[in-house]
Amino acid sequence: MSRAILGRKVGMTQIFDEAGQVIPVTVVQAGPCVVVQKRTAAKHRYTALQIGFDEIAGRKLTKPVRGVFERLELKPQRFLREVRMSAEEVEAYKVGDTIKVSIFAAGEYVDVEGMTKGKGFQGVVKRFHFRGANQTHGTHEYRRHGGAIGCREDPGHIFKGRGMPGHMGHTRVTTPNLKVVKVDADQNLLLIHGAVPGSKGALLFVHKAVKHMAKQGL
Amino acid sequence: MKVLEQLEKSCQKEKPDSFRIGDTVRVHLRVVEGDKERVQVFEGVVIKRKRGGTGASFTVRKVSYGVGVERIFPVHSPRIEKIEVVRSGRVRRSKLYYLRDLRGKAARLKES
Repeated sequence: MSRAILGRKVGMTQIFDEAGQVIPVTVVQAGPCVVVQKRTAAKHRYTALQIGFDEIAGRKLTKPVRGVFERLELKPQRFLREVRMSAEEVEAYKVGDTIKVSIFAAGEYVDVEGMTKGKGFQGVVKRFHFRGANQTHGTHEYRRHGGAIGCREDPGHIFKGRGMPGHMGHTRVTTPNLKVVKVDADQNLLLIHGAVPGSKGALLFVHKAVKHMAKQGL
Repeated sequence: MKVLEQLEKSCQKEKPDSFRIGDTVRVHLRVVEGDKERVQVFEGVVIKRKRGGTGASFTVRKVSYGVGVERIFPVHSPRIEKIEVVRSGRVRRSKLYYLRDLRGKAARLKES
């Protein structure tokens, strides 16, 4: 069975569990995904499934990509991504098969990958949680600066990893170990406990929680 | 966006209890103690209603042994069994924070 699925973030809301407790959830429109290609050890030297998500009109794709779908007689998909899995798992699928949310069950743990919201060029206070300087006591045009960045002739250079202003956000981030609260197979919805990266409508890659599975010995 | 709205509908009460700000209400709340479940009643004045779909809430204030106590309840909580309106008060604002500074006779509300 596939370990992963592609989806879009719909938004956040809150629901009540059986105990009447409020749970914050992210709603993800997950799948259905279609298997477009199988990467095999013999041909590609690794095993994976290439899956497509989000049907679109063929004319919106470039000709080479459209050709892939036409040759396979599949409906064109907006996104193509690869999911690494073992040879046996790849073997269980045929090209053209669909992967649905039902690969997940309520109570399971998942990792969610996505692109975070872009924040633009940011200073060190927002970007690295520097404290800045005093707001008063004679501070002159130096309130949100980072201070000194290094030493003098010894060592003669700035150490790697020094926090400085720059572009923040719009990076690929994995939020690990989130609990699946509910799976709605009819509407292809996944309700995930807590927040996930990205804005509403952003593409997400949801897969079974790697670290949590390792802990369970799976 | 329709998906979210539908989902929120599904975990809201079909007919939310009707009460207004300034009403004195008895909130019947199911509480779990160990493995037993019983109903606890909280009686006081509704001083605030917060809207917001599934997350809507209301605040009830009472004075217990001379100490002001406020509790915030989610409107759609399945743990709320029922809400009885004991008395409905006539008020002219939507948030009755001024009651916090008043006590005794001054903290009464005119009935409507």
